[in-house]
Amino acid sequence: MRSRLLIVSRLAARDLRYRRGETAMLVVAFVAATATLTLGLILHGVISRPYQQTRAATAGPDVEATAFPQRGGPPADRAALASLTPLVRARGVTAHTGPYPVAFAVLHAAGHADAVLAEGRDQAPAAVDQPALTQGSWVRPGGVVLERSFADALGVRAGDRVTLNGRSFLVSGIAVTAALPTSGIGFLGNSSQFPNPGLIWVTRAAAESLATRAHPLGYLLNLKLAKPSGAESFANAYTNGGSYNDNVGNPYLLPWQDISQQDGLLVRNEQRIMLVGSWLLALLALGSVVILVGGRMADQVRRVGLLKAVGGTPVLVAGVLLAEYVVVALVAAVIGLAAGRLAAPLLTSPGAGLLGTAGAPSLTLGAVAEVAGVALGVAAAATFAPAIRAARTSTVRALIDVARSPRRRGLLIALSAWLPVPALLGLRLAARRPRRLAANAISIAVTVSGLVALLFAQASLGAPQLGGTTSGSADPGQFEVGFADVTQRVDQVLLIVTVMLAVLAAVNAIFITQATVRDARHNSAVTRGVGASCQQVAAGLSAAQVLPALAGALAGIPGGIGLFAAANQGGYSGTPPVWWLIAVVLLTVAGVAALTAAPAWAGARRPIAEVLQAEAA
Amino acid sequence: MLRARGLRKEYGREASLVRAVDQVDLDVPAGETLAVMGPSGCGKSTLLHLLGGLDRPSAGEIWLAGERIDQMSERGMAALRRDAVGFVFQAFHLMDELTAVENIELPALLAGRSPRAARRRAAELLDQVGLADRARHLPSQLSGGQRQRVAIARALANSPLVVLADEPTGNLDSEATLDVLQLFESLHEAGQTLVIVTHDARIAATADRLISMRDGAFVDDTRLTGGTAGNLSALVGLDG
Repeated sequence: MRSRLLIVSRLAARDLRYRRGETAMLVVAFVAATATLTLGLILHGVISRPYQQTRAATAGPDVEATAFPQRGGPPADRAALASLTPLVRARGVTAHTGPYPVAFAVLHAAGHADAVLAEGRDQAPAAVDQPALTQGSWVRPGGVVLERSFADALGVRAGDRVTLNGRSFLVSGIAVTAALPTSGIGFLGNSSQFPNPGLIWVTRAAAESLATRAHPLGYLLNLKLAKPSGAESFANAYTNGGSYNDNVGNPYLLPWQDISQQDGLLVRNEQRIMLVGSWLLALLALGSVVILVGGRMADQVRRVGLLKAVGGTPVLVAGVLLAEYVVVALVAAVIGLAAGRLAAPLLTSPGAGLLGTAGAPSLTLGAVAEVAGVALGVAAAATFAPAIRAARTSTVRALIDVARSPRRRGLLIALSAWLPVPALLGLRLAARRPRRLAANAISIAVTVSGLVALLFAQASLGAPQLGGTTSGSADPGQFEVGFADVTQRVDQVLLIVTVMLAVLAAVNAIFITQATVRDARHNSAVTRGVGASCQQVAAGLSAAQVLPALAGALAGIPGGIGLFAAANQGGYSGTPPVWWLIAVVLLTVAGVAALTAAPAWAGARRPIAEVLQAEAA
Repeated sequence: MLRARGLRKEYGREASLVRAVDQVDLDVPAGETLAVMGPSGCGKSTLLHLLGGLDRPSAGEIWLAGERIDQMSERGMAALRRDAVGFVFQAFHLMDELTAVENIELPALLAGRSPRAARRRAAELLDQVGLADRARHLPSQLSGGQRQRVAIARALANSPLVVLADEPTGNLDSEATLDVLQLFESLHEAGQTLVIVTHDARIAATADRLISMRDGAFVDDTRLTGGTAGNLSALVGLDG
């Protein structure tokens, strides 16, 4: 047993050392997949901490009740205020602040005009929902406090001046709150009347003075419950199907759990992208290993024959092949875990809307086991079939190095006769190994899916974020504030995943080309022997990769749209211009052509006589 | 037709230097069938590869139909192999996934002929080598002799100036050898220039001229009076 282990480890180590370039690329493929998976797992469970910290620091309410009157009514609708009053005496309510008047106004600052929700507050601290200042001081006459993520989006600091409905105010402070969701969607995100306004605090008098007939005052009431965990059922019991706006007589209640969920959207989206991305990367890594092992088998047939000829059993042969890739997977899993752990803090910042941090992301034993399991599973799954096939190959057949017979695709061969020589050769080469062709197309489709999802995210990022006008319109319904923090970070995470996907796809393209070059060595030599030039054969080898790449790139467009839809449950919308998608397809094909050109050219230039004599030997 | 002067091919360096072809001078007139004989490793296959543009010489000159070919660009060499030279290999070197007719039409397609013209020419050649009924068979469905006949047909696809055959009967039994030799005889009668490398004296005896090689150099150059007019069946041992 020990001698067998010694032989297996020695042969595996020598082979890995002998093929350093391939081994390094394989490690890259595994590291990309395991690092992304590690990130996805680490992000799990870090979402709620920042909200809880902010809630504690600001005495955040358990339930936020809102009453917003219809447009065109009186500026101060007493009915709206009256609809909230009974909630103060509702069962289970232990404390409250408000109702506070809320005006819908237009804020001009730093060249932008934006819709804002101006909450009128007392200068004295409130027992429930006292926003925590991160800059400056609390509200005072002539002063305004901006919610931090909104201020960051505007680039406004304490001490700057802004105007509200044309009146000048001094920015007295910047603060955060746990009473309303602020991280990007805005708590009026579903309202067509007031899409996604920024949040500011002014004095009660200022808020009341900002109301107009077009946008009358609304009211906010902060409630503390005896049983905070029952906030959702409390909210359901008293909401009665009301909505965010136009809900006079039927207040809308927002439990803290909903606010927490919306504030966690940023990290949750990152986590979702990372997990989806890591599975895509694992898929590509699996493809890399399958292609590499399959390609190397063509070279290893004789080695397998020699092993068996000197007494190696099928189990030994399979063991050597499995050991090589299991070692690579384990090494890569360790690197991937470390890389993921180091990169996690960059992605767990909660955003400007909340206080504190997500804390040091922890790597649990379960996550380590999961990452290592996926890496080993990929290695074993990819190696198993070739290892068994090699082990079962007849010794004599292996010794004379008989490669697996290529497939014949008569229709493609007939069709290719009508094409220019490089396309003729490429199509015939591609048709020889349909499974490799499919692997290539899938690899490219997965990568292009990531790219297309990134473009959709970019298009969403390019959608109106800050009001974007200085025309001074008096209607806050005309403006929309997006929170660049959210879309930019989602964009960054998508970019990271897409770059990793592109790296793995590039590795796969090179592996596939090398495998094709190896597999087509004899055919290429014969084709050159009967008159094809080096350039034609190299172009044919490249074309054999480019044709499936084109198919994969086209399939990647619907794939990317689906991926974006799956990862984007936060509701960002935006469609990239069609020419972006066309450019992705063309650039992908060009990239694959460029990546495959070098190995194809090297393969095409091998001396014909040498190859033919070696094959005949 | 085919001329070589001071032809040399070396492999390795210094102590490990091997001269596979050493200062060879050769003239093959049009229409001649030349046999090159010698033991394994004497350099005869290397010589054939040099003459056909499959490999480049270390020194010397090669002329084909008045044109110097050893200094041609890679593209020029490809055109030479496509249009002026037809190769027949011992191991056939047919493409496994292509049928007989598809293997034969490949050089014509590479030469830019229309698929219809290439297929017509391939069908003619298949008929000529007696395999018209095997057009749609894959190489794996053909016997050794049939594969070699397909390979010969492929070598003739673009009507080459010279056909170079490297041990064309080395993998064949006597009956298949006879088929191939009869095919070469008919080519010879049609005026095709042939250079056949072999280590089989019976095959060499069918040529117009026999060159013997040893250690990369020519050691004998004999004109054979019988040529291919001899009794092929008797030569290959199938007669009585």
